Amino acid sequence: MYKIVKKRLLIPGQTSMLQIHAPQIAAKARPGNFVMLRVHEQGERIPLTIADADPEGETITLVFLVVGKTTAHLNTLEQGDEIADVCGPLGRPTEIERKGTVVCVGGGTGVAAMHHIAKGHHRAGNRVIAIVGARSQDLLLFCDELESFCPEVRIATDDGSRGHQGFVTEVLQQLIDDGEDIAEVVAVGPVPMMRAVAGVTKPHGIKTTVSLNSIMVDGIGMCGACRCSVGGETRFACVDGPEFDGHEVDFDELWGRLGQFREQEAQSMELFHQCRCGGDQ
Amino acid sequence: MTRPQKTKKKILPRVAMPEQPALERACNFEEVTLGYTAELARQEAMRCLQCKRPLCRDGCPVEIDIKAFIGCLQEDDLDGAHAVIRDYNSLPAVCGRVCPQESQCEGKCVLSAKGEPVAIGRLERYVADAFAARQEADDPCTALTGAPVCASDKPLRVACVGGGPAGLSCAGHLAAQGARVTVFEALHEVGGVLVYGIPGFRLPKDVVRREVEAMRGLGVVFRTNWVGGCTFELSELFDQGFDAVFIGVGAGLPRFLNVPGENLLGVFSANEYLTRVNLGRANAFPAYDTPPPPTGRVVVVGGGNVAMDAARTALRLGAEKVTILYRRTEAEMPARVEEVHHAKAEGVEIHCLCSPVSFNGDQGQHLVSVSAQLMELGEPDESGRCRPVCLEGQVTEIPADTAIIAVGTQPNPVLLRATPDLPLNRWGYIEADPETGETALPNVFAGGDIVTGAATVISAMGAGRRAAKAILERFGS
Ligand SMILES: Cc1cc2nc3c(=O)[nH]c(=O)nc-3n(C[C@H](O)[C@H](O)[C@H](O)COP(=O)(O)OP(=O)(O)OC[C@H]3O[C@@H](n4cnc5c(N)ncnc54)[C@H](O)[C@@H]3O)c2cc1C
Ligand SMILES: Cc1cc2nc3c(=O)[nH]c(=O)nc-3n(C[C@H](O)[C@H](O)[C@H](O)COP(=O)(O)OP(=O)(O)OC[C@H]3O[C@@H](n4cnc5c(N)ncnc54)[C@H](O)[C@@H]3O)c2cc1C
Ligand code: SF4
Ligand code: FES
Repeated sequence: MYKIVKKRLLIPGQTSMLQIHAPQIAAKARPGNFVMLRVHEQGERIPLTIADADPEGETITLVFLVVGKTTAHLNTLEQGDEIADVCGPLGRPTEIERKGTVVCVGGGTGVAAMHHIAKGHHRAGNRVIAIVGARSQDLLLFCDELESFCPEVRIATDDGSRGHQGFVTEVLQQLIDDGEDIAEVVAVGPVPMMRAVAGVTKPHGIKTTVSLNSIMVDGIGMCGACRCSVGGETRFACVDGPEFDGHEVDFDELWGRLGQFREQEAQSMELFHQCRCGGDQ
Repeated sequence: MTRPQKTKKKILPRVAMPEQPALERACNFEEVTLGYTAELARQEAMRCLQCKRPLCRDGCPVEIDIKAFIGCLQEDDLDGAHAVIRDYNSLPAVCGRVCPQESQCEGKCVLSAKGEPVAIGRLERYVADAFAARQEADDPCTALTGAPVCASDKPLRVACVGGGPAGLSCAGHLAAQGARVTVFEALHEVGGVLVYGIPGFRLPKDVVRREVEAMRGLGVVFRTNWVGGCTFELSELFDQGFDAVFIGVGAGLPRFLNVPGENLLGVFSANEYLTRVNLGRANAFPAYDTPPPPTGRVVVVGGGNVAMDAARTALRLGAEKVTILYRRTEAEMPARVEEVHHAKAEGVEIHCLCSPVSFNGDQGQHLVSVSAQLMELGEPDESGRCRPVCLEGQVTEIPADTAIIAVGTQPNPVLLRATPDLPLNRWGYIEADPETGETALPNVFAGGDIVTGAATVISAMGAGRRAAKAILERFGS
């Protein structure tokens, strides 16, 4: 069992942050790694990115968006509660080396994972420009944390409530047009965002790394549920990734595969709500 | 009790195994075969001739003294039979159910030349189950070793990485000799393929759990969610004071066919299909959260145990129709004969001599059909099996909503990539001494599928046991 040491509601009812006691994972976690987590004995194994790790404090930080049964259930847990299984750190860590300016783009909950990667690049001596996107100001995550080490944090909101009104890709395009010498772009977020970022950088030949969020079952290379096409070859996101060259990823296929269990997921979520509401009545 | 007469010419047929009726069982996940009763077991045991030179034993990969244990059963001596088996095999309840006996002990039994061989596997299972049923729950040591007292702590400390049959048998044998053993397992449940691969209707999970509990009783420590190469490195185990390490991480990475359309929605590896159900209990969705894989018209590709298990699981999940495509003929199928037989009785169709060339989808990337190339058998290949040859221009299209690919596995990459100094053979499996299991790294041993490639439960167990012996010899116990 893995104890929740701290819980913070980042966006109430929608996004939460958990600090979990997991000494072994905390000691090994590197930017880009994820864990497989099972909330309880009847639960599903789901992947969540390690948003931060504190080896001394023996904790890892997870940030999750409530999208279905498992994340909704996870969000009912409080400080002091325990999670049945947390396994990791999994996946290949981000390739971090000193290379100059790195632009890290994050959308939605993806900013949490992006933040860990940005921190890694910063520690390696790279100049990190962060671009953070959300629908509106209240849904922005990790801006303060990023500001503490990034010389530049640019913000884009759909409604213009803060920063640029529009998409992160427009901010990125502006950077490129301004002649910024970019060694690499890292994008973590919803599939359409990552696809769009890769579209912007491709004509300029800027190396672009994306972190794929395909459906995973074991997370250790044993099932192939997470397979995706990269450069025309089948790769397993959990052991060969989750980060890949954004210019080579077949995003259409990924998008389709993510919807594979939509009906059952809806059924699961509905039952979960019924049970919880039923209890109140 | 009278001994069987060796002069008697007529060989009685083997005692039939009680089983759930085919059509009933095809709709549930309960065990298909029910096991011999004491009376049936005795009847079957009496068929054994107690040969002077028993050939059965040569066929057994761990050389169980089969004649001796069946001899005990003829004398109604269950404890004796159990003691004999336990000397050689730490998981008899498992092996009795899943070993390919027809190509091992039973294939060699002298009776098979003239009629049906003794049902050695069924008797082995009977001994294990009957013994366990009688066992007091609070005395787990006996179940594993036959010795009612746990040996005392010795300083020898061993880490087993991977909790499949290889790791478990290595751990069990070492612990029985008093070593302090920790098993590090990547998944949340111990058992390897026995829990995530082989379905409960063939090997009930309680049987595996019973064995694991017995090991816990011997002092074996199980650490789940520990992934070698991620949560810890091999070298760190020595820093933590382990004297020796046994690697039994299996060959879990599924192979695909590399034909067009393989990533369409509805196409699964058998490992995913089976893991969702066996480890995730997706058959009990929505009480359990893991969504079950889809059914409809299901096509399974392959001819081994994995293909049979996937096909029969699909039936139980409610598939309309299940068809197996295999590129050779039934005679070449690597699956246990009993499983092929059971699958057919339950309504699985088997199309031999055909192999998929593409998976075809609709606009929404959903599988709608499988195109399969028809074949004929040509000259034998290196494995001695006839090579399938394409029949030029003969391709059929089979409508399908779901396809399951069961064409083999490759070594699990996680630990190997993190341990680059561990030498591998040209197929990517770990190089290990066939006698001792020792690898090129000092005090690191390996066995099971990660050394041999996908094989059998009993061969993995045999390897674990040989490594345990070598470790004990090395450290002077
Ligand atoms: C490497 C990786 C890292 C991730 N990191 C984060 C993170 O840090 N924070 C975060 O909020 N989300 C993250 N995700 C996505 C997260 O795993 C899913 O949101 C979660 O599984 C949804 O489960 P659910 O039961 O709540 O929702 P469901 O109702 O089951 O599913 C909602 C959607 O989530 C996706 N999903 C469902 N099951 C899985 C599964 N087993 N594996 C992956 N995706 C699934 C599907 O697209 C599905 O349509 C990550 C995914 C991957 C692959
Ligand atoms: C569906 C199916 C049906 C089968 N049916 C039969 C049958 O009827 N009869 C028969 O004899 N054989 C059968 N087999 C084959 C048999 O199960 C295997 O040969 C046997 O299980 C191999 O044992 P093992 O211990 O080497 O590996 P596995 O059983 O694969 O166990 C390896 C264990 O190591 C764990 N692991 C992997 N990587 C790591 C890591 N980095 N760190 C820690 N742990 C790790 C895995 O999670 C797993 O638990 C079947 C196989 C399958 C898949
Ligand atoms: S070969 Fe057959 S008949 Fe002879 S001892 Fe073995 S099981 Fe009995
Ligand atoms: S999640 Fe199973 S192989 Fe990647």
